[in-house]
Amino acid sequence: MSIPKVCGIETEYGIHVMHGDPNPIAASSVLINAYAQEIARQQVGWDFEDESPGNDARGFALEGSLPPQVETHLLNTVLTDGARFYVDHAHPEFSTPECLDAMECLRYDRAGELVLIRSMEAADRVVTDGRRFVVYKNNSDGKGNSYGCHENYLMDRAAPFSRIVEGVTPHFVTRQVFTGAGKVGSETTAFDGEPVDFQLTQRAEFFEERVGLETTLKRPIVNTRDEPHADPHRYRRLHVIVGDANLAEVATFLKVGTTALVLAMIEDDVTIPRSLGLADPVRAMHEVSRDRTLRRPLLMEDGSTATALAVQWELYTAARAYADSNGLACMGDAGVGEEVLRRWEAVLDGLEGDPMSLARQLDWVAKLQLLEAYRERQGCGWDDQRLAAIDLQYHDLRPERSLFRRLDTERLVDDAAVERAVVEPPRGTRAWFRGRCLSKWPASVVTANWDSLVFDLGTDPLRRVPMMDPLRGTADHVDELLERSASPAELLDRLSS
Amino acid sequence: MAERELKRKSGTTDRGAEAVEEVPAGSAKGEKLKAELDDLLDEIDEVLEDNAEEFVRNYVQKGGE
Repeated sequence: MSIPKVCGIETEYGIHVMHGDPNPIAASSVLINAYAQEIARQQVGWDFEDESPGNDARGFALEGSLPPQVETHLLNTVLTDGARFYVDHAHPEFSTPECLDAMECLRYDRAGELVLIRSMEAADRVVTDGRRFVVYKNNSDGKGNSYGCHENYLMDRAAPFSRIVEGVTPHFVTRQVFTGAGKVGSETTAFDGEPVDFQLTQRAEFFEERVGLETTLKRPIVNTRDEPHADPHRYRRLHVIVGDANLAEVATFLKVGTTALVLAMIEDDVTIPRSLGLADPVRAMHEVSRDRTLRRPLLMEDGSTATALAVQWELYTAARAYADSNGLACMGDAGVGEEVLRRWEAVLDGLEGDPMSLARQLDWVAKLQLLEAYRERQGCGWDDQRLAAIDLQYHDLRPERSLFRRLDTERLVDDAAVERAVVEPPRGTRAWFRGRCLSKWPASVVTANWDSLVFDLGTDPLRRVPMMDPLRGTADHVDELLERSASPAELLDRLSS
Repeated sequence: MAERELKRKSGTTDRGAEAVEEVPAGSAKGEKLKAELDDLLDEIDEVLEDNAEEFVRNYVQKGGE
C-alpha cells in the first residue's frame, strides 16, 4: 500500500522595487525581516546541517553536472505554522509546512500569499528611504528569467526511481492543461522562433532535459535531487520543479491532488493499460503549452499519437479504478481523495467540451478570457504591451492591484481557514511539533529545519531533537506531551526517557 | 487510439445531459460572468500601472530555484 502522500509547495515570488535601490536580495531581506519583526515577532534561524541538495536520486552524479548552489547565509526564518520563509537566490520564498493532503496544501499555499501581502505592508511601515516593494506570484519576467514553484511529495524508498520517472513524466507533460498559469508570448528558443501569442504555462518553455539534478540551468522534467529531509532508508522526497505557481484554488488543488494520486499508483506498481510513454517528452512539454486548442496530437514512444487530454483521461481512468480497489487512505483527510477524482474528471470534461467554461477554475483560462475581452474592446494585437502588463498584473499580490482578485474564481478554502493556517501548523505531520514548540518556547528554539529542532536550555550544550519521520510529531502523538511539559527542559527529559 | 477516444467520448456523453445545462453561453451564469468581465474592463485602465510599456520593461528578475 502506498504510504501517505505528505506534500508541500515552495514558491519563489517575483519581487520588484519601486523608487530606489532595485537589489532584489536586499529587498527580499527587508520583506522577510519586516514580517519576522513586525508581525511574527520572532526570528528562528534555519539549521543547514543536514542539507544535501547535490545528491542524485539515480545514485550517481553525472559528470559535469554541478550540484545546485545553496546560499546558506541569507535570511531565513521559521514560522509558527511550521513554514519556512526565506531569501532564496534573489527572491522571497515561502515553503509550506508538510501537509497531509492536497486540500491542506492549498490552505497553506494560500497562507503563504497572505504572509507575503503582510510582508509588503509591514515593509511599507518600516522602510523610510521611499522604496516600495511589489510581490508577484508568477514564474517568469517575460525576458527569459524563470523562478520556480516546486512541489514535494513523500515517497516510499522501495519504489525504484526509474519507475517513478517513467510513470510520472506523462503526467507532468499533460497536467499542464489544468496547472498552467498562462503567459503572453514566449521568451526562449523552445519554439524555434515560431510566434506564440499565448501559452498555457509560464514554465514549460524553460525545460530542456528529461531527467536531471539541475534546477536553474537545463531544467529537467523530473528532478533527481535526493534530499529526503527524513530517514533516507525509508523515504524519498520527490522534488517537482515543472509546475507553475497558481492563484486559482482549483488549479493548485488539482496540481497537488492528481500528482499525489499518480505517485501513489506508481508506488503500488499499478499497470496502466495503454503505454503512456512519450516519444520526446521535452518537445511534448512545449507543444502542450502552446496548444490552446488542446487538440494537437503528441507522438508516443510506440509510434501512435495522443492528445494531452487523452493521456489525462487514461491517467484519470486508472486512478479511478485504483481508488475503487485500493481505497484512498494515502490521500489524507476523509473525502479529499474523492474530491480530487471528482474535480479531475469535471475539469477534463470541461476542457474537452469548452475550455473557456473553466474560467472560474483554471488560471490560464481566467487570464486568457480577460486578455481576449480586452483585445476585443481595444482592438489591439497580441504584441500590444498592455496585454503583457495585464499578464503581469494578474499575478500582482497587492490587493488593490491584483487582477486575479477581481475575477470571481471558485474558492475551496475560506478566509478564516487561511488565517488559521498563517499561525497554526497542520495537525497530521511533524510540522505540528515544530510549529507548536516555536509558539510555546520561542526563546528556547534556536534553529529549526525540516527534520530537527535545536533547543537552547541555557545549559551547554545545545540539544538537537531529530524528527526523521514526517508522520511522527503529529498532534495525536505529541499534544499531551507538550501540555504536560512546563518548560523545554521538561519536554526534552520526557522525550529522552 | 481512435477506439479509445471514442470510448472516452461516449463515456462523457452519458454525463453530458447534466454537464451541458451548466455552461451554455447564454445561461444566467454565463451572463453574470460576462457582466463581471465588462465591469473589470471598464475599470482596468485605472488598475493597470500607468505606462504599460515601461512597467513591463522594468520588470526584470534574476533566475531562481
